[in-house]
Amino acid sequence: MTDRPQASARALDGELLGRLDRRRPGLLVGSLASGVLVLVFFYCWGYQIANGIGVTGINRPVFWGFYIINFVFWIGISHAGTLISAILRVTKAEWRRPVTRSAEAITLFALAIGGLFPLIHLGRVAIFYYMIPYPNSRMLWPNFRSPLVWDIAAITTYIIGSALYLFLPLIPDAAVMRDRAAAGLKKRFYAVLALGWRGTAQQWHSLEWGIRILAVAIIPVAVSVHTIVSWDFAMTQTPGWKSTIFGPYFVVGAIFSGIAVLMIAMALLRRGLALERFLTDRVFNNLGLLFVTMSLVWGYFTFAEHLTVWYSGDLFEKLVHHVLLHGDFAVPFWTMVVVNLVIPVAVLSFPRGRRPLPTALVGCGVLVGMWLERFLIVVPALSTPRLAYSIGDYMPSWVELGIMIGAVGVFACLYFTFTQLLPIVSVWEMREGWRHAVSGGESGQPSEAAPTSAAASPAAGGGAA
Amino acid sequence: MTRWGMAIDLDRCTGCEACVVACAAENNIQTVGEEQAREGRAMHWLRIERYYEGEFPDVRTRFMPVLCQQCGAAPCEPVCPVYATYHNPEGLNAMVYGRCIGTRFCANNCPYTVRVFNWFDAEFPAPLDSQLNPDVSVRPGGVMEKCTFCVQRIQAGKDEAAQEDREVADGDVKTACQQSCPTKAIAFGDLDDPDSEVSRWAESPRAFSLLGDLDTRPGVVYLSGTEWREPAE
Repeated sequence: MTDRPQASARALDGELLGRLDRRRPGLLVGSLASGVLVLVFFYCWGYQIANGIGVTGINRPVFWGFYIINFVFWIGISHAGTLISAILRVTKAEWRRPVTRSAEAITLFALAIGGLFPLIHLGRVAIFYYMIPYPNSRMLWPNFRSPLVWDIAAITTYIIGSALYLFLPLIPDAAVMRDRAAAGLKKRFYAVLALGWRGTAQQWHSLEWGIRILAVAIIPVAVSVHTIVSWDFAMTQTPGWKSTIFGPYFVVGAIFSGIAVLMIAMALLRRGLALERFLTDRVFNNLGLLFVTMSLVWGYFTFAEHLTVWYSGDLFEKLVHHVLLHGDFAVPFWTMVVVNLVIPVAVLSFPRGRRPLPTALVGCGVLVGMWLERFLIVVPALSTPRLAYSIGDYMPSWVELGIMIGAVGVFACLYFTFTQLLPIVSVWEMREGWRHAVSGGESGQPSEAAPTSAAASPAAGGGAA
Repeated sequence: MTRWGMAIDLDRCTGCEACVVACAAENNIQTVGEEQAREGRAMHWLRIERYYEGEFPDVRTRFMPVLCQQCGAAPCEPVCPVYATYHNPEGLNAMVYGRCIGTRFCANNCPYTVRVFNWFDAEFPAPLDSQLNPDVSVRPGGVMEKCTFCVQRIQAGKDEAAQEDREVADGDVKTACQQSCPTKAIAFGDLDDPDSEVSRWAESPRAFSLLGDLDTRPGVVYLSGTEWREPAE
């Protein structure tokens, strides 16, 4: 960090990193609670492996249940990060700076959990690798015509891409942590992460190009992932599933639920780590605007989907449509419409509604609503098969509920650990943004990103770009 | 080339379910018990669907034996990620139990809902184990299964014909359901042989395919002299 000697820059570093050194009782309680849920998760999964997939509530004809719903839900949440942060980076939105890291971390951890659910769902999880194309003596390959095999390819690509995309901008911060840490295990941990970062001009140049390339490349990957998830349904001929609109509908829903979880995480981080100076009201205002836009787009897709089904008059499609809008699933359906469309539009249309607490509360509602949406895609279509004799019902068992709640704990545990170990706000990007602001490089940028401490001198600049 | 097919004369079916019992005995089908059956986990490869017409007391029941239709363009096949279900050269949708990992995607995409899943490992407590058919494997838990057109009997028929140095003749292979039907409502044989019994039945003006407008090209043909209502009503 030889080329960044300014005291003000150090002050900013210190202010952000200082938050990591402080132990917070709230975080500790959260970590313990999530730890318990992690145990619940693995106990339930182990119980299911030992006793058979029959410990769930799935049956004929509802062969897919909570596990697939949660799979789609978590993959949707994963769009919080990489996609949103990539779009903000590519469009050079200045207010992205405090947001990107936490969003990218959400992506990686949500993907890891989302990727687990199809495995939990399998009847024989021990041989899940039959789905992976690997050389074997019998020359047996997976069936490349199956959307599930496309899923594996897409999600694997996305996990690797997201991990890289989280990791690259982390390198300079890991180097700062390394330099600050006392010799020992901690220092070695950060040294490994920092990959020998010295902050030379050449290294900065490579890093910025790497981030730039990844940010552009990850956008089509993110879009493809949720499109392919939708094809698990849309490629079938099940009434209620076969729909050409599902690809974009799922992508929009994924971004929508991704922003929801991002709003909640940011409100929590802002409070928990006292980051008011960095996650400002303006950030919440901007994200709130994006949020309400996605709500409207989602509402439009939902309307288009149901209108065409209703208008077609297809007997079997209409049956599924009927149980959704008027029948057994009417209550969850209309709840979904209220929390996904009515409430977000009512609250977020006003500047006062785009503040941390209301946006986070709307986000909670949208998470429930988007979970319900996936439930309403999976279950009604399956429980209303073409041959009326097989019409069925579905009620999840305690194992499915345990795994669903446990997964939230696994996510929280990973996220807490990450927040404890590494800066959840990208220190060097904040510093860069603040430098832009004071040098007038970005006109109209308020100085909210700059520390107001006495050490901050307006003359401070420099550093590699 | 042989293309195995079945024809079911609904006008002869009395709904006695002898075929259901014969199928379970022939194919080592797991009995899951009352509680599991209530949860929708009964494992019959062949079921008699009952549809009622008219108002009480003038009610008429129609019976519809539904089994795997062995579709020529089967929706279950392309969605399986591991080729556990595939189309064999003789027109059967074959199941490779050892390959099945239990995604249940095939069952979701079956418009006839005829696929059944082993939710738990099968149990055949003594003395039930001594009546298992040695020609049919007992499927482990977590695996999909369905009607095979008694593929073991097809194989036995072909073996016997080969030993006698002749082609398989019509009537050599009888499925368990066909064999046990007291009203002889089921014909089975080669649909590519125009003289076979099943081909002659399939030529009948009474013949139709179940959910025929999906164009799954079923290997099972139904015969009925009266108009059927829309099945979903």
